[in-house]
Amino acid sequence: MSVERLVVVGASLAGLRAVEAARRAGYDGELVLVGDEVHAPYDRPPLSKAFLDPDGERGAGRVMELRTAEALRDELRVDLRLGTRATGLDTAAREVLLGDERVPYDALVIATGSVPRWLPGTDPGGPDGPLEGVTQLRTVDDARRVRDALEAGQRIVVVGAGFIGSEVASAARKRGLPVTVVEALDVPLTRSVGAEVGVACVGLHRAAGTDLRLGVGVAGLDEETPDGRRRVRAVRLTDGTTLPADLVVLGIGVRPATDWLEGSGVALHDGDRGVLVDATMATNVPGVWAAGDVAHVENPLFDGEQHRLEHWTNAADHGAAAARHALDPAAAEPVVTVPYFWSDWYGHRLQFVGTPRAEEARVVVDDLATGGGLVVLYRREDRVVGAFVVDLPRVVMKLRRRVLDRGPWEEAVAFATDAGTPASR
Amino acid sequence: MRIVADLGTCEGLGMCEAMAPDFFEVGEDGVVEVLDAEPGEEHRTDLTAAVDACPVLALALQG
Ligand SMILES: Cc1cc2nc3c(=O)[nH]c(=O)nc-3n(C[C@H](O)[C@H](O)[C@H](O)COP(=O)(O)OP(=O)(O)OC[C@H]3O[C@@H](n4cnc5c(N)ncnc54)[C@H](O)[C@@H]3O)c2cc1C
Ligand code: SF4
Repeated sequence: MSVERLVVVGASLAGLRAVEAARRAGYDGELVLVGDEVHAPYDRPPLSKAFLDPDGERGAGRVMELRTAEALRDELRVDLRLGTRATGLDTAAREVLLGDERVPYDALVIATGSVPRWLPGTDPGGPDGPLEGVTQLRTVDDARRVRDALEAGQRIVVVGAGFIGSEVASAARKRGLPVTVVEALDVPLTRSVGAEVGVACVGLHRAAGTDLRLGVGVAGLDEETPDGRRRVRAVRLTDGTTLPADLVVLGIGVRPATDWLEGSGVALHDGDRGVLVDATMATNVPGVWAAGDVAHVENPLFDGEQHRLEHWTNAADHGAAAARHALDPAAAEPVVTVPYFWSDWYGHRLQFVGTPRAEEARVVVDDLATGGGLVVLYRREDRVVGAFVVDLPRVVMKLRRRVLDRGPWEEAVAFATDAGTPASR
Repeated sequence: MRIVADLGTCEGLGMCEAMAPDFFEVGEDGVVEVLDAEPGEEHRTDLTAAVDACPVLALALQG
């Protein structure tokens, strides 16, 4: 069946790249893009970085629009439905449900991304309503809240020492503000990049003067209700400490935005309910594809292992591939990508390529303390499968190439050791 | 065809180098270096991929 109507749900990076790729591939049929945010697609990574900077710096307080609504409508001829939530999917009738409206599709790309988790009692949609002074950091509006608090010099407590939480801490320290980060694990980031890197990251926080509390959880939040509205006053920790707070930023992870897919027949992951797709981005349902933060993708490069990545480049590449394949399933080929992620902490550039699931993680360059960089390599059998690099921007993509080529371990170690030592820099 | 890199915008994230290593390389200063600014037409596909891959939209192709 030829596709006359391609519907893309989720109007952020993956969804945008899907509609762009469709037109670039010469697709001339109807193209619908549905997104529940009121904004045209914008870039998220700067929201926890440049956006939070003091006035006058590049990108401070500025939203990076990836494409304007006008460009989407006029240049790409997209039927753009912003501020519109998909509420369900009828795979038998091939219709996306938008409340009472039913939008038919021949092919569908699911790109609804992920939504941050709330702590118990803080979800604005919960029984007690919103708790002021508690925020996540995912959208422009969230980022404005965090930026306003920084501008006002408020007391900030970050929950979760992951990448986003750490970037918020970094923004606070850049302005000379005190900041506390609470992390339940003894070593942060062990799940995403392994303990070796986690330890190095602890060092970065401490060197920057961030008050990092490890191995403690949040026991509860103290509230006050000055004008009848609930407002946070302090964070109570499991070790008995109480941290006064004007703003609590939650960075405790995300879950795929798939509520609207429950019961649709699209196979979801048992654990986090992400959409399961093969290496071509196809779901188990014909005509339905998925990409970006929402999807668990099989990666042929790592023995068909499935990953659900929360990375910019992954959403961009896979969004485009999903649309191309949706339009021409016969030509769909497995997408081989090396996962890539970056993050900026306290003036340091952290970069990760490949997978951290490995038999060994070896620290091959360890000069952070003396103003140099850090390289950790990840090994499976005798090949290199991943690399974590701090402050050595020149070597990252050369290591990525080795991961892509299933390069031999010893050679990668020799290369990184040499490229990372001060003499060769 | 001409590669134009906005070095004020480039953050040295290196995706361009990943896509087209013959034309881009991130230098020690963490900013991209364009190795050959006037590539032949046969490289257009690779270069378009590189330009699209830049997370901060620092690259463009002219002509
Ligand atoms: C603050 C921040 C900093 C980041 N920094 C980095 C970084 O430094 N490096 C990096 O590699 N990655 C970073 N990321 C991750 C990167 O931004 C994401 O991987 C990327 O945005 C994923 O794109 P996506 O399109 O798959 O999903 P999303 O960007 O989550 O977009 C999904 C869209 O779908 C919408 N939606 C959800 N449900 C529905 C529905 N039912 N109906 C209609 N619309 C719906 C959502 O509102 C959203 O607009 C960062 C993310 C954040 C939030
Ligand atoms: S991808 Fe963009 S930001 Fe990265 S090095 Fe190339 S030009 Fe610079």
